[in-house]
Amino acid sequence: MTRVTRFAARDPGPAARVTGFLSHLRCNGLQLGVAEAQFALTALTHVNSADPEACRHALRAVCTGCAEEAESFDALFDSYWLNDGRVVKKVMPNPGAFGPNAAGASRMSDGIEFEGPGDSDGPDRVGSAADSDGDGRLAASRAANYMKTDLRRLVQRADIEAAQAIAANLGAALRDRRSRRRRAARSGGRVDMRRVVRLSLSTGGEPFRLMYRKRPDRPVKIVAICDVSGSMGLYSRVFISFLVGLMRADSGSDAYLFHTRLVRITDALHDKDSLRSLARVSILAEGFGGGSKIGTCLKHFSRTYARRFVDARTVVMILSDGYDTGPPKLMVEALTALKKRNCKIIWLNPLKGWDGFEPVAAGMRAALPFLNLFCPANTLNDLASLEPELVRL
Amino acid sequence: MADEGYIASVELATAVHLSLVLGRPLLVEGAAGVGKTELARVLADVQGARLIRLQCYEGLDASQAIYEWNYQRQLLAIRTAAEDGQTGRAVEERIFSEEYLLQRPLLQAIRQSEPPVLLIDEIDRADEEFEAYLLEVLADFQITVPELGTIRAISRPTVILTSNGTRDLSDALRRRCLYAHLDYPSPESELAILNARCADVEERLAHQVIGFVQSLRREDLEKKPGIAEMLDFAGALMGLGVAELTHDPMLLQAALTTLLKTQHDKEAITPEVAQRLAGGSA
Repeated sequence: MTRVTRFAARDPGPAARVTGFLSHLRCNGLQLGVAEAQFALTALTHVNSADPEACRHALRAVCTGCAEEAESFDALFDSYWLNDGRVVKKVMPNPGAFGPNAAGASRMSDGIEFEGPGDSDGPDRVGSAADSDGDGRLAASRAANYMKTDLRRLVQRADIEAAQAIAANLGAALRDRRSRRRRAARSGGRVDMRRVVRLSLSTGGEPFRLMYRKRPDRPVKIVAICDVSGSMGLYSRVFISFLVGLMRADSGSDAYLFHTRLVRITDALHDKDSLRSLARVSILAEGFGGGSKIGTCLKHFSRTYARRFVDARTVVMILSDGYDTGPPKLMVEALTALKKRNCKIIWLNPLKGWDGFEPVAAGMRAALPFLNLFCPANTLNDLASLEPELVRL
Repeated sequence: MADEGYIASVELATAVHLSLVLGRPLLVEGAAGVGKTELARVLADVQGARLIRLQCYEGLDASQAIYEWNYQRQLLAIRTAAEDGQTGRAVEERIFSEEYLLQRPLLQAIRQSEPPVLLIDEIDRADEEFEAYLLEVLADFQITVPELGTIRAISRPTVILTSNGTRDLSDALRRRCLYAHLDYPSPESELAILNARCADVEERLAHQVIGFVQSLRREDLEKKPGIAEMLDFAGALMGLGVAELTHDPMLLQAALTTLLKTQHDKEAITPEVAQRLAGGSA
C-alpha cells in the first residue's frame, strides 16, 4: 500500500485522524455516535495498525451495522486513508457538526471540507446514482439542483400535507386488524373472570383485583411500489406526494419507485425535512419518466426486498398503469412469488377511472388474478375514497 | 479456528478477534447456510467454553429467554408450609429464593463461572420488544429479578448474534455490536472447508463438487444451497460411490435432493441443466 494518505505535519495525531474518519463516515450517512470513536481507537490498538488491511477490517467491524453500510465502507475507507497520497485538509472535526446532523435537521453542516480525488466516495446514502466527485458534503447543493428541475415543481408542501392526512387514514383503516383472540392485559377490554376468581382465592373469595383481557393489535405494514415511468407522468405528482405522506404518517411502511429498475426510497423518505427528502428521491429516481419494466422490477422486488420486508401482515400496494414493456410471464412469476409470502396485494391503476376502461394491457391482465383489490386512483381524493374498501380487505 | 474445521475470511477473523478482546457482542449477518451458527459452536470449542444457545422466534418473551419462577413448586411449597404452620413471611422468603428460579439461557449465560459463548440465533425473528430488552442485558450483562434484586454477570460471556435479515434490526442494537457480514465463500475457501470437513473425499471429486455448487448458486434459484448443503452433497456422492459427476446422470439427480430445497428449484434444475453445470465444473 503506497497510496496511504500523508497527513499534514501539524496534524495533532492518530486520535484526531480517527475522529476525522468517523465524521467523514457520518457525513456519508453512517450512524455513529461519540462512543464509537473511542471504541474504534481501542479496536485499532488490538490489531496491527501499521497494516492498512488489518485496520480496514477492524474499523469495518466497529463502524458498520448492516450489509449496505459494509459495502460502502470500503470506498469510504479508501477515500479517507488511501487517497493516492493527497493531503486531507482540516482533519479536525468541527464540534458544531455533530449536534444538528445527529438530530436530522435540514441544514448541512459546513464545518469540514475534505479534498480528495474521490474515485468512489460519493454520498452513499443518497445512492450511487449521483455521479460523485469525491465529496460527501456536496450532496445538498447538488440535490438542490435536481430539486429545482424535477420533483419540487411536481410536488408542493400543501399536497404533502393533504396526502399525509389521507395516508394516515388509509394506514389506520388497514391497521385496525385486531386479533380475534384475547390476551391478558393491564387494562381495557373485558374482565378476565377466570383469573379474577383465581386471584380472589387469596382474599377469601372477594374479587379485589380485577384482571383484563383484550384483543392485541396485529399491525399491518404498507409496502408501496410506485411506477414513475413516462406513461405515468401525469399521475406521478399525486402518487409521490402520497408516498411522502405515507412515510410521514407511518414510519413502519416501506416505499419503492420503479421505471426500468427498482429503487428503495424508504431511507430517503425518512428524512424529516420533506423537501430535502424529495430531493434525495429525485437523485435516486434517475431516469424518472423513462420506460417501464414492471415485471422485471416486481420480480427483482420479490427476490430481494420482499424476503426482508414482506410477510403475512403486509399489504403490497402497487401504483401503476400496467403498461409493461416486458413479457407478462415475468409479472406472473413475480406476483406468484409475492403471494407465496402470504401478503395482500392492492393495485391502484389511474387509468381504471376512465370510462370504458378494460384491463387490456397484457401485463395488467396477467396480474388480475393475484390482486386482492384493483381500484382506480388518479387524484388524492380518489385515494381518500379507498378507505372503506381497505377496511373490508 | 482452522484446526476445528472452520475456515474464516480475514475480515471475519478480525471481527471475532476484536469481539473477544473488546468484550463486545458480534452481530453476524448473511444468507442461510453460510456458517453463522457454526461460528459460535466452533468458537466455543476453541475456547473450551460452554455454548449456550437461545433460539429466537416470534413471540419469544422474557420468561422463556431469561428466567421464570417455578410456579408449581412454589404452590406445593405453600401448601406444605400451610400444613406445617409456618408464617407467611418465612414462606414468602423461601419460595422466592433461587431454588425456585428456573434459569433460561440469558440468565444461565451470565451466571457461569467460566465465560461461556452465548449464541442468540436468528435475532431478527424475535419481536422488537424483546430486542429492546436484550439491549440492557448486552450492555451491562446484568439482569434484574424484582424479588431477588439485580444479578450481575460472574463472567462476561462472548455473545454472538445471528440474523438472516427477515426484518431490519434496530439501530440501537446494531451500534452496540460489532458487525460482520458473511457471504458465500470463494471457490478456494469452500474447497478448504470441504477438505477440512470430509478429509476422505477425492481431490478430483472435491473440485467438481465445488465447481458444481458454485455454478448452481449463479442459477436463478429460490433457495441457494449453503455450505451445509454442499457438505451433504459431497457426502451423498461419496455414499453413492460416485467418482465422477458427469458419469451417471441418474445418480447426480438423486444426489441433488441434498442441494435443492423447493419444488420450483427442483423443476428448474432438470437433468440436462445439471449435466451442463457438471460438465462446466469438470
